[in-house]
Amino acid sequence: MSTEAKRQPAQKRKEKGTPSDNGADAAGGNDLTGTTPELRRELLHSMLLQRRFEERCAEAYALGKIGGFCHLYIGQEAISTGVMSMIRPDDYVITAYRDHGQALARGISPRAVMAELFGRETGCSGGKGGSMHIFDAKTNFLGGHGIVGGHVPIAAGVGFAIKYRRGNQLCVCFFGEAAVNIGAFHEALNLASLWDLPVIFIVENNRYGMGTSISRSTANEDMLIRAKGYRMEGESVDGQDVFAVRECLARAIERARKEKRPTLIEMKTYRFMGHSMSDAASGTYRTKDELEENMKRDPILVLHNKMYESGELTEGEMRKIDDEAKAIAQDAWDFADASPEPPLEKLYTDVYSDSSS
Amino acid sequence: MAVVTYRDALTQALREELQRDDTVFLMGEEVAQYNGAYKVSKGLLDEFGPMRIVDTPITELGFAGVGIGAAMVGLRPIVEFMTWNFALLAIDEVVNAAAKMLYMSGGQYKMPMVFRGPNGSALQLAGQHSQAWESWYAHIPGLKVCTPATPADAKGLLKSAIRDDNPVVFLEGEMLYNTKGEVPEGEHIVPIGVAELKREGDHCSVITHGKMALVAMKVADDLAKDGINLDVVDLRTVRPIDVEAIARSVQKTNRAVVLEEGWEICGMGSQVVDFIQRECFDDLDAPVLRVHQEDVPMPYAKNLERAAKPDAGKAIAAIKKVMYLD
Repeated sequence: MSTEAKRQPAQKRKEKGTPSDNGADAAGGNDLTGTTPELRRELLHSMLLQRRFEERCAEAYALGKIGGFCHLYIGQEAISTGVMSMIRPDDYVITAYRDHGQALARGISPRAVMAELFGRETGCSGGKGGSMHIFDAKTNFLGGHGIVGGHVPIAAGVGFAIKYRRGNQLCVCFFGEAAVNIGAFHEALNLASLWDLPVIFIVENNRYGMGTSISRSTANEDMLIRAKGYRMEGESVDGQDVFAVRECLARAIERARKEKRPTLIEMKTYRFMGHSMSDAASGTYRTKDELEENMKRDPILVLHNKMYESGELTEGEMRKIDDEAKAIAQDAWDFADASPEPPLEKLYTDVYSDSSS
Repeated sequence: MAVVTYRDALTQALREELQRDDTVFLMGEEVAQYNGAYKVSKGLLDEFGPMRIVDTPITELGFAGVGIGAAMVGLRPIVEFMTWNFALLAIDEVVNAAAKMLYMSGGQYKMPMVFRGPNGSALQLAGQHSQAWESWYAHIPGLKVCTPATPADAKGLLKSAIRDDNPVVFLEGEMLYNTKGEVPEGEHIVPIGVAELKREGDHCSVITHGKMALVAMKVADDLAKDGINLDVVDLRTVRPIDVEAIARSVQKTNRAVVLEEGWEICGMGSQVVDFIQRECFDDLDAPVLRVHQEDVPMPYAKNLERAAKPDAGKAIAAIKKVMYLD
């Protein structure tokens, strides 16, 4: 991929239709520069872990081991992996309810995430949050939020606190494209730009808010016009290509740390599963053909193919990485399954903190 | 003891806590350059600068969320709503985020913050600007809700609220800012969740909070001339609520009137009456009566507004009724 292609104005790069229109050559190419073979294997491992973990989630849900709402991230893993591979441990991450993949990519223990989904005491939120409310203070993972768009102003607040303390961390905030129609998103973008807050807003545009396509929900599908509306830098990128995600993040991170400015990034992606475990992957709102077409650009395949073509990955090695991911997912399952439910007295803890300053 | 206004008592609390802890900051519409829509933050911008006294656009949902994010990572925000009527735009952040963050995160993320501003009816502000919101927030586990009536309580409770590691909804009486009272100098703390007996008597209890506590005290003073001695329990905090103080009073007087600014259905008074029937069933000599706003939106016309609001006359009528004096 040429430098020039990377720096095209956003409008030129914006295209309608499926992310699969946005071919590997156009967006990420086979440019593996800036990454070492070791890092590329880590990226592949991270994405495969999310995939295998969530396949087990679907299984556990069917068995009734996971309850409530459970939104799978399958198909979007290049985004979580790409973003988390670029930010620092002392940065902050906040996200919506489709949060398992991001939690794993951030480095939260798969055991703690699975135990949370199983509603066990050993879960990362003590079994009180569940699928939609993954929190982990150790990795600055600020949740898992269930009200569409509600956490976007909270991300601005984290940015405000960083500025208040004159820190050089940043906050990454993930949400779906359906959140851009809600007031909280607009209020947060305005404040982040007005106050020069180091926040990276990431729209994961998987083109469907539950069962409503973007064309049926959004008068102007150009995500970046929203950045422009708030005097903010914006970029649109192929979210199926982990390298494209990383390159784009590098620019946003530089902007946040050096210029203390926010960025809005549209990651074009596609969800391979239903909105949640309660609905089918295709049906009334999207066709099987469309789904299958998009699954050809599985982010794991995109990365795998690049590594395979460059000769650095054999099928045997791929299988080894995959087996390892499966083993971790199995271990997480076993751990969660063997963990105790929260004791009943925990019902009343954590409603209030006993402390004061 | 110095006599100061309710407004100045709040300003004192803000100033002292801003001086005490540099993670405390104040944010809201017109709080800085304009010195506050109700002048509670007067002079604070000059003393603490624009990073700690922060003017916001008119974006209640947005800046409530900003406060929550800042609190999650260790600051102690004070979010001012110009009035609580406007805070409805932010109620998702207050209820769905601030109130539940500690619980949903299994105890990992505390929420040391205050949402404050004027509450309750004022004069001829009509339907959208004259409302008492305490029962809405008192319903929510995870929040604390303060409703100070006097300058001393305003100062002492606000200091407690700012130091508390939980989200505190702090409802100041819009009509109370100019009222005066004695306030202890320097460090003066009123603990959250503790009621105060504002008048002592053994004929009838009046359980109340916020602006209505002033009405109750006046009624108590007036009726004392007729030999009727009221026990006025000012709850001061409606979550947590001081059930022991309520029970102590009603067990003494055997009669109670519950006086509040809000509407009848699911109002604070419903909860107080529930506590009374649970704790004092065998002590009661008469049904408990409630005095509250009429079940209508606030009208504009002076005469209609007067008729809609709870007042001393309505309170006295209820007191006489539970004492079988009418």
